[in-house]
Amino acid sequence: MLHTVNKSPLQTRDLDSCLLHLEAQSAESRLLLIEDGVYGALAAAPSATTLSDLANQGRLYVLGPDLSARGVAPEALIAGAEIVDYEGFVQLIVDYGPHQAWV
Amino acid sequence: MNDEFDEDAASTIKRFMFVNRKAPHGTIYALEALEVVLISAAFDQDVSLAFLDDGVLQLRKGQDAKAIEMKNFAPTYRALEGYDIEKLYVERESLEARGMTADDLVVPVEVVDRARMSALMSEQDVIMSF
Amino acid sequence: MAIELNGQTIPTDEEGYIQDLSQWSPELAEVMAQEDSQELTEQHWEVINFLREYYDEYQIAPAVRVLTKQIGKRLGPEKGNSKYLYELFPYGPAKQACRYAGLPKPTGCV
Repeated sequence: MLHTVNKSPLQTRDLDSCLLHLEAQSAESRLLLIEDGVYGALAAAPSATTLSDLANQGRLYVLGPDLSARGVAPEALIAGAEIVDYEGFVQLIVDYGPHQAWV
Repeated sequence: MNDEFDEDAASTIKRFMFVNRKAPHGTIYALEALEVVLISAAFDQDVSLAFLDDGVLQLRKGQDAKAIEMKNFAPTYRALEGYDIEKLYVERESLEARGMTADDLVVPVEVVDRARMSALMSEQDVIMSF
Repeated sequence: MAIELNGQTIPTDEEGYIQDLSQWSPELAEVMAQEDSQELTEQHWEVINFLREYYDEYQIAPAVRVLTKQIGKRLGPEKGNSKYLYELFPYGPAKQACRYAGLPKPTGCV
């Protein structure tokens, strides 16, 4: 399934809860960070260690327009995070649905 | 009963899960979710409710919202059975982190562990998140 | 909109539902029914009283389907059906009876 997180992990526990549930699922599950959730993919963020594992497995995506809006350059992100546009967001839902939004 | 009709009906029934992760009175999410659930009951789908993280607090016994002039909707969860909504899943880890057990809840539920909750989510056709 | 009763003005919404549920009284139900040229019999009161008890217990007005089923359980199958309830409340059992009972419009009522 596809999970999305739209809050910064420095502000709320939504990403933590999402990751605990995602870990219990098959390797088919994916995580897309959107809105303020994109800050979680910063290499400097405390969430980087856990997210790096996901990124290395090709299971972590970040929404590009939300990165640009926040002035976050792709170089500032952990290695392996794949940047997608809105079309890519839709494709992820098609490929990996159902979609759980950790709002 | 007509077999053809049954097949048609079965093919259009989807599994809907309403995921509740917010405490009841600080924001409008919990009440909104409950209203959507009650409306969804009219569409004869396979509906379940999941309560995890602060969402488990929605079901806590003894809520009295009079003094803050809010609607106390905790008793409404007990009406769900009459609407044929009988699948209420509550995550054990979320209860434990708040010092609660099933005995602290206003309505009978199925307590499941986090792994089971994750599996239930992935089995849905549609997840509505609140 | 509002209803006058014993010198008191009780505000309602545009569909005639009272807004402060604590302002309800049996006399108010009678006044509402008179305005609809509807006489309230013992059978009407069975349904109105059931709705008030339901609201007291669950804090919502039941959907028609749920009302019909619960009335059947409480008062018997000859009363727990749409035909009986629509004969009592021609504008719709949930809409009209809930209004007389001083309840909000049922959630999901269309």
